[in-house]
Amino acid sequence: MTADIVKPKPGVPVAVLLAGLSIGFFVVVALATGETAQLSGQGVTGLLQRMVALGLVAIGQTFVILVGSIDLSVAALISAVAVLASHVMQGDPAMMLPAILVCLGLCVAVGFVNGALVAYGGINPLIATLGTGLIIQGVLAASFGALQGSVAREFQIIAYGGVLGVPYSLLLLATLSLCAAFVLDRTLFGARIYAVGGNPDGARLAGIRTERVILSAHMVASLFAGAAGLYLAARLQSGTPWIGRDGIYDLESIAVTVIGGTILAGGKGGVAGTLAGVLLFASLDAGFNMLGIDAFLKQVLRGTIVIAAVAVHAVRAKGHVA
Amino acid sequence: MTTVPQTSPSRHRPARIAVNAGLVIFIALYAAIAFLQPNYLEPGLFMNFLRRAAPLVILACGQLYVILTGGFDLSMGAVATLVVLAASILINGDPDATWAVIGALYTMGIAVGLVNGLVITFLKVPSIITTLGTMLLVNGLALAWSGGAARGDLPDNFRNLGRLVWRDVPLIGTLPLAALVLAAFVALAWFGLSGTVYGKRALAVGDNPRAAELAGTPVAATRILAFVVSAVSAVTAGILLGGFSGVSVNAGEGLELQAIAACVIGGAQLLGGRGSIWSAVFGALSLFALFTLLNLLGLPQALRDSIQGLILIAAVGATVWRTRRRT
Repeated sequence: MTADIVKPKPGVPVAVLLAGLSIGFFVVVALATGETAQLSGQGVTGLLQRMVALGLVAIGQTFVILVGSIDLSVAALISAVAVLASHVMQGDPAMMLPAILVCLGLCVAVGFVNGALVAYGGINPLIATLGTGLIIQGVLAASFGALQGSVAREFQIIAYGGVLGVPYSLLLLATLSLCAAFVLDRTLFGARIYAVGGNPDGARLAGIRTERVILSAHMVASLFAGAAGLYLAARLQSGTPWIGRDGIYDLESIAVTVIGGTILAGGKGGVAGTLAGVLLFASLDAGFNMLGIDAFLKQVLRGTIVIAAVAVHAVRAKGHVA
Repeated sequence: MTTVPQTSPSRHRPARIAVNAGLVIFIALYAAIAFLQPNYLEPGLFMNFLRRAAPLVILACGQLYVILTGGFDLSMGAVATLVVLAASILINGDPDATWAVIGALYTMGIAVGLVNGLVITFLKVPSIITTLGTMLLVNGLALAWSGGAARGDLPDNFRNLGRLVWRDVPLIGTLPLAALVLAAFVALAWFGLSGTVYGKRALAVGDNPRAAELAGTPVAATRILAFVVSAVSAVTAGILLGGFSGVSVNAGEGLELQAIAACVIGGAQLLGGRGSIWSAVFGALSLFALFTLLNLLGLPQALRDSIQGLILIAAVGATVWRTRRRT
């Protein structure tokens, strides 16, 4: 993955361009199909709510891709967290906090294993995280019979409640996005992430413990996947071992991150682009629904758009891309 | 970080050892199978094992071409699904149509491979994203075409490619047609990498595309051809799969990752530059022997995934450890 650095268009960052296109598409489709209700506050909130699950995963994925790694285990981890949350809670509001802690503990552990395999084990991140994902998925599917339950009614407020018409889930996504952006842009840890992703040897020579940075990035990715899992559990009331895989959260989070201008080789990109990529997916979904395009054709269009969206800024890259 | 004079002996050693690793894992796993079920040592059951492993081995050979040049092909499974569904719709039970339809299937496969290769080389979209896109696209097309359910029928002469078994063959007792297809495909794939200049070009491109280009290698053509080979292998595997498991909408699901895993277990290096056709063959046979063994042990289907994950990490970890110790 030795891509040369892609320069964003002078003046217009990828994020703004993508977000503008997405919103434009959504508005045009809504007007053309006469579904103007979609343009009301409620409709737009609905559109933004489509972003939450994928958005959370993708922010985490942005961290690992920025350090030049990748995480394919997020889909399995999302399912594991959703199932575990509903199992520990068993509908009892008193168990909410313990459940959340257990889930986040699991995420830290998985992120640690992923990061250790990649950073200290020297195992290719695709294989390492594919492996841990398979392990989680297998254990989860084999033990699901013994892990049933549902989340507490009060917990579902995360997905369905809100203040002043703004759902809590959106506030969660917004807060976490801002935190992630702040960490990447304004903190030492963020600077180290860009350094390690941009030039690992240089970063090591500059005195950065690159292994630790990679390890931390993997833990961040797992925690964000865990947040997405908790949100999905709240929305669906109980987790199943396949919600992560069925949502293709692993590959889609990578796709939106790359669409948003983050480079697979690492060192360049950011949260804003990723969120714009997520917005693109959300408005395409909403638009296709308004147009009444059937599920299979939707998949065809999605595939085409993934390629086209990346091609738009990748085509100017010099050198070879694997 | 070795100095120049050391590179020429150490360049060849990892590949040789890696091939042995795949073979060793396969023999160990097959010995375990034979220990549990001694009749797996009979030629008949071994042939049957080969017949069932054939699609995965063929897919792994195709995937190896792409991995050697430094890429990934995630669209294989979707192509295999498309092949199974398209064959049943196009043939629709008419045995006379079989050969024409097989031609059409290969044309479709080659088209997908060409699209993958062209997008990656000329639009510079990373292969993991491109083939993810074509995976969604091809899967969507296959499902839209078939209406989301298996329909149509495969005639016997098509299905025989996957399930016909000749009995009373001297020496080996039984001979499945799929094993012959497998042998022919592996031989061709081996010839492509070892008997032609293409193999050297693929390794050079995977190792360092810029250096390969400066040395006069047609990088774009090498990459595109790799994706075409990969798609052709997916079509071949899909035809065999349709033969012995019939028509279903998830015929090829997950096969792309199994094929990548197989190559890696056999010692091929992701992101290119190292590996041989035997990495793919023995890696895939190992993986399939592992599935068979886990079945015999009566483990739940779900845990198969977990063990596959463990083996994957362990195999790559072992390769990394050996390489580090040497340098």
